[in-house]
Amino acid sequence: MQYTEIMVRYGELSTKGKNRREFIGRLNGNVTKALHGFDQLRIHPKQDRMHIVLNGDDGKAVMGRLHEVFGIENYSPTVKVAKNMDAVHDMTTKIMADIAGDEPKTFKIETRRSDHHFELDTNQMNLDLGDWVLDHFPNLTVKMKHPDITLRVEVRRDGIYLMNQKIKGAGGLPVGTAGKGMLMLSGGIDSPVAGYLAMKRGIDIEMVHFFSPPYTSDNALNKAKELTAKLAPYVGKITFIQVPFTEIQEQVKHDVPEGYLMTVQRRFMLQLTDKIRVMRHGLAIINGEAVGQVASQTLESMVAINDVTTTPIIRPVVTMDKTEIIQHAKDIDTYDLSIMPFEDCCTIFAPPAPKTHPRLDRARYYEDRMDDVDGLIQRSLDGIKISEIKSTDHFLNTDQDVIAELL
Amino acid sequence: MIYFDNSATTKAAPAVLDTYQKVSENFFGNPSSLHAVGEHANNVLQQSRQQIADLLHVDSDEIYFTSGGTEGDNWVVKGTAIEKREFGKHIITSSIEHPAILNSMKQLEALGYEVTYLPVDSRGFVSAQDVKDAIRSDTILVSVMAVNNEIGSMQPIDAIADVLKDYPSIHFHVDAVQGIGKGIETTIFNPRVDFATFSGHKFHAPRGIGFIYAKRGKHLAPLMTGGGQENNMRSGTENVPAIAGMAKALRLLLTDEDQKVANEQAIRKAIFDHVSHFPKVTMFSQLTPDFAPHILCFAIAGVRGETIVHAFEKYDIYMSTTSACSSKDGTESNTLASMHVPDGIATSAVRVSLDENNTMAEAEKFNQAFDQIYQRFEKINS
Repeated sequence: MQYTEIMVRYGELSTKGKNRREFIGRLNGNVTKALHGFDQLRIHPKQDRMHIVLNGDDGKAVMGRLHEVFGIENYSPTVKVAKNMDAVHDMTTKIMADIAGDEPKTFKIETRRSDHHFELDTNQMNLDLGDWVLDHFPNLTVKMKHPDITLRVEVRRDGIYLMNQKIKGAGGLPVGTAGKGMLMLSGGIDSPVAGYLAMKRGIDIEMVHFFSPPYTSDNALNKAKELTAKLAPYVGKITFIQVPFTEIQEQVKHDVPEGYLMTVQRRFMLQLTDKIRVMRHGLAIINGEAVGQVASQTLESMVAINDVTTTPIIRPVVTMDKTEIIQHAKDIDTYDLSIMPFEDCCTIFAPPAPKTHPRLDRARYYEDRMDDVDGLIQRSLDGIKISEIKSTDHFLNTDQDVIAELL
Repeated sequence: MIYFDNSATTKAAPAVLDTYQKVSENFFGNPSSLHAVGEHANNVLQQSRQQIADLLHVDSDEIYFTSGGTEGDNWVVKGTAIEKREFGKHIITSSIEHPAILNSMKQLEALGYEVTYLPVDSRGFVSAQDVKDAIRSDTILVSVMAVNNEIGSMQPIDAIADVLKDYPSIHFHVDAVQGIGKGIETTIFNPRVDFATFSGHKFHAPRGIGFIYAKRGKHLAPLMTGGGQENNMRSGTENVPAIAGMAKALRLLLTDEDQKVANEQAIRKAIFDHVSHFPKVTMFSQLTPDFAPHILCFAIAGVRGETIVHAFEKYDIYMSTTSACSSKDGTESNTLASMHVPDGIATSAVRVSLDENNTMAEAEKFNQAFDQIYQRFEKINS
């Protein structure tokens, strides 16, 4: 079947009243980015739907990209025909022949008419096409509720549009409509999932990744970048901010008693992230914490760490079970990467017995006792590197193409 | 030169050797090393594994690299015996397997395992019914080859798989060394097959490399223990250049496979149609679809196989007595003996084995040489 356009239906957008213009504009931008490289198609964002006229571009490939754009509730591949019943009958036969098969099946016709001057009204159209299908496909019968096949017909000013599928989109809100947040990306399973879920609610994320060479390897850094590339298709590209953390970690290790190493380290991370957030004009911080998984994630621990900022910290996976998070990670294809065994800066210097119930006052006390905290933070900030990561970028196994050539 | 001994070994492809050399030069590290040099070598190793898995439509963690077919056969047989010794000590195999299987079985028998060697019919085929009848409650392994290396009979793997569906705990191994690239991959990878053995040098990869397929969830004890390579299943520093070469060779082999099989079939038919008319010739391979496209085994009564091989050598044509592995010691062919071919004829058997590069012109030259050689033997042999 040669589709002529893809019709996109907005998700929660429709309910957003006066913000609607902004939402549609943003979605239009995101779809345009996602469909970069298709030269022929034209995108027409309308009040209630978006029409992507293919002009010969590959409909399947286009739908594959649309599938990763948040803010799309569902979409339908569509064929446009001239405004006469012969053309409609002809195309109806073609579409149904593609999907009817030989088994007994049920169907219905669902007509929508925005051009009220067309010779047939909605009911007449339903009847006419229903009869046509019954006459030509003896294995089909009519059923109004939950039919196997629904043929949608839209009579518009410029033509008649036929479609038989409604494909579920990614849902959520267009990325960017909720403002920008900084994702604390470690390299584990949880933080990429948190990033995905934040994007799904319209948040534009930038990655903040701490690395501590030589305690952490280039591989650990590249793994974080590769994870970022995995999340990039939803937005086109993602800003990746790498923050040197070696000096702070060494200093904390030297100055702070073992039980509070982790807590104080994380307070530094959060402070740094918050400062970067201000520089980058972000509104919130996102991380992959879930309640009660490890020492750093008890409520006491959250209190002791969260203490350094009043910026909203969004924890999308906070109440999920590990198995749920893993399922999400597999769905978005970050799991296999996340479990690659490179030490990240959360695992080095991890004390054998961190305090699972750290006290806020003790955490503050140990941090205050350290020399030159401001200098440590400033030197770290001076060393950050910012890059843009696209979905096509590769960081692990960069010789992939060279090797492929050899094989 | 006309090389018709491809079941013994094939000539490594230039493109494969090119890969071998480049990987040796540019990715020489030990894949287990932590640093970047090791990392690069590991990337080659894993990407090669992935490519082989993709080509065979299996998962990359189901591919284990070995030193070749003999190791693969030894590993699956003995690895199963060790792994499943708690569950039983009975093994079923055919009497026409490669010595790598048969001699492994002999070793196990000495250790107290019982082995049933299934007979073959006069055409060289095991029967699935015999497999079924031989199964006991303590049977742990059935090992049957996909393609017999001496006469090319393709064993009824699918039918045996059907029998074994009712015995899910028995390991089913297919020695596929002669079967890969011969259009029967769907049989070799029948869902009931648990293990399959492959050898690189039979398809233009370098010597000393091979792999086994081991279905996920099926366990073998390792034979090579050591540094834990190959997921702790086969220790020893990986032969990365040869592995990369083999991945490439397999890709080349499976490209246009149907066409290559058809070509081999046509050449084999041309030779078959010519030589089978001579009164003193006995054909052991048939043109029926249950024979592999690349192997043709026949005998000229009254002349030793060895003599025939040397006679063809004078014409720059290279073939072999039945199987290269046993040809030096002059013993009769194991497969033909199992088919109850009389000794006098079995010792006269020779094997022509083709690859995708052989041509019709070569078949014609072979046939011309055959006429002259046959005539000469007639003089001494009447």
